Amino acid sequence: MAEPVALPRQRPPGRPRPRSGRLAAYRALLGAQARSQAAYRTSFVVDLVGNVGATVFDVVTVLVIFGVTRELGGFTLRETLVMVGLSTAAFATADLLVGNIERLPRYVRTGLFDAVLVRPLGALPQLLLMDLPLRKVSRALFGLAVLVVAVGSAGIDWTPGRVALVLLAPLAGVVFFGSVFVATATVSFYWTESGELANSVTYGGRDFTSYPVTVFDGWFRAVFAYGMGFAFVSYQPALALLGRADPLGLPAWAGWAAPAVALVAAALAATAWRVGVRHYRSTGS
Amino acid sequence: MASPGARLASLAHGDVTSLEIVALGAQPAGKVARSGTVWLRKEGNGVGSVTATVAPATESNVILWFRTFGAIAGSGFRRYATYRQAAVAGAVTNTVFGFLRCYVLLAVAGAAGGAAGYDREQLATFVWAGQGLLAVVLLWGWTDLADRIRTGEVASDLLRPVHPVTSYLATDLGRAGWAGVSRLLPPVLVGPLFFDVHLPARWPTVPLFVTSVLLAVVLSFGCRFLVNATAYWLEDVRGPQILWVLASGMLAGLYFPLPFLPDAVYLALQFGTPFPSLLQIPLDVLVERDSTATQVGLVAVQVGWAAAVLALCRLVQRRAERRLVVQGG
Repeated sequence: MAEPVALPRQRPPGRPRPRSGRLAAYRALLGAQARSQAAYRTSFVVDLVGNVGATVFDVVTVLVIFGVTRELGGFTLRETLVMVGLSTAAFATADLLVGNIERLPRYVRTGLFDAVLVRPLGALPQLLLMDLPLRKVSRALFGLAVLVVAVGSAGIDWTPGRVALVLLAPLAGVVFFGSVFVATATVSFYWTESGELANSVTYGGRDFTSYPVTVFDGWFRAVFAYGMGFAFVSYQPALALLGRADPLGLPAWAGWAAPAVALVAAALAATAWRVGVRHYRSTGS
Repeated sequence: MASPGARLASLAHGDVTSLEIVALGAQPAGKVARSGTVWLRKEGNGVGSVTATVAPATESNVILWFRTFGAIAGSGFRRYATYRQAAVAGAVTNTVFGFLRCYVLLAVAGAAGGAAGYDREQLATFVWAGQGLLAVVLLWGWTDLADRIRTGEVASDLLRPVHPVTSYLATDLGRAGWAGVSRLLPPVLVGPLFFDVHLPARWPTVPLFVTSVLLAVVLSFGCRFLVNATAYWLEDVRGPQILWVLASGMLAGLYFPLPFLPDAVYLALQFGTPFPSLLQIPLDVLVERDSTATQVGLVAVQVGWAAAVLALCRLVQRRAERRLVVQGG
């Protein structure tokens, strides 16, 4: 189904659409989404509130935990909140932009993905725009607010480098979580019934990055923190911002590796996506 | 025009109640047995649409009721047992979250060796059994009834000789049975391989835990039924759904053990809301945080909530049937 040559097309295959035309098509998709989601006002407001609620509770959980203990893995509440802020802001924004890719299993199962492939637009951008969840805007804004408050109250000794890092690290986190969303979704090309398996890495990664890496231990820490690279989303940048040495022994520049790690993740996710789409077999009519 | 309609509704409504009693076999009503006639069942919103439901066989009794209930539960078990791959994926996900939560709570316990009355082993058991129970109790992702109300398919549920609350409950117990095999066991078996866990030391804990889980499933079903039943009144049930997902995740004890909260808050939650009865209480019973007497008391709280919510389900269903209008032909 990857090469639907028999289907009539507006323009001959091989010749790409003019760039402006493609952008207009994407804009039309996005506009249609925005209108359809805003059509039911009450539902939309309910969704906005509900979505922010879930993220609020994640932060409240950290606060409750610090109500029982004074420090977690050797870090105080203020220090941990910097990690929570970085993690929440990055995850919520990535979830807004790319998170709906987690519906891919349903598209594959129902065969809707066929329709996406025959259109003369990129499959991934279409999927993302087809149901860009505008209701998650509230969540992303809240995540950003947590980050601003956390960074503001952590008593950071500001240098030009740290200012650059506090801007770069969340962006790198968005790219990283976005890559994780895409890469885990490609599992459904091979295993249609994988269900919530992707959650263990996406939402699991969010939970992992909300706490200092020192909390975890053994091979589990090695796999999540360094094997998959989650340590570079919030923990290492937070250490660099706070000017703390890593109790686990990574050098101080590790915090600055966040953008590079994010780019590697993006490249891997892009490869996984391409391979996955090639591997895709339609489930049939 | 309204008053004859209303009269008919209330008249027919009395009949429906007696019909239900016979159908459920709680008491073979002699009235039905004698007449054996066709009972009128009023549905709709005073529009005047009347459907006829044939009175069930006269030999209805408790044994038949149990057999019907068992058959529906069995079919629920088989229905969910067909999704084996999804069960494997779900069990793996629960296990990953087991590691995440367990490490965090052990870090909370830290050097002191405990937190909020739990020691390290109890916290580990709390996390791993909690991840296993999550799918058994099933807080989220059940929209069967709401979907059927929206599409009108619920009409065929109303035509069946079993009360909708009863038949949906039976299906859900069957589902929970399958989840007990496929979703509860994996995390409970994996956890002890990597962490020191607390195993029950007193024999009454085991039957109390089983009872507590059963009550939690029934209560969870009742809450989900109520959330879904808002579809009878609302066109879009996302609002109640979202509120339920938020409240149940936080207040059931999934994110952190509720005793981490101030005592007064926890007590208020326990007696004032059904949420702790869904997960926190079964887990507290399992890890033997309290004496046996307190464990019994906790289960009693669950009994109270389950009974209250199930009664509310039947009330809501009764009210809903009087206003339900199924569109289409």
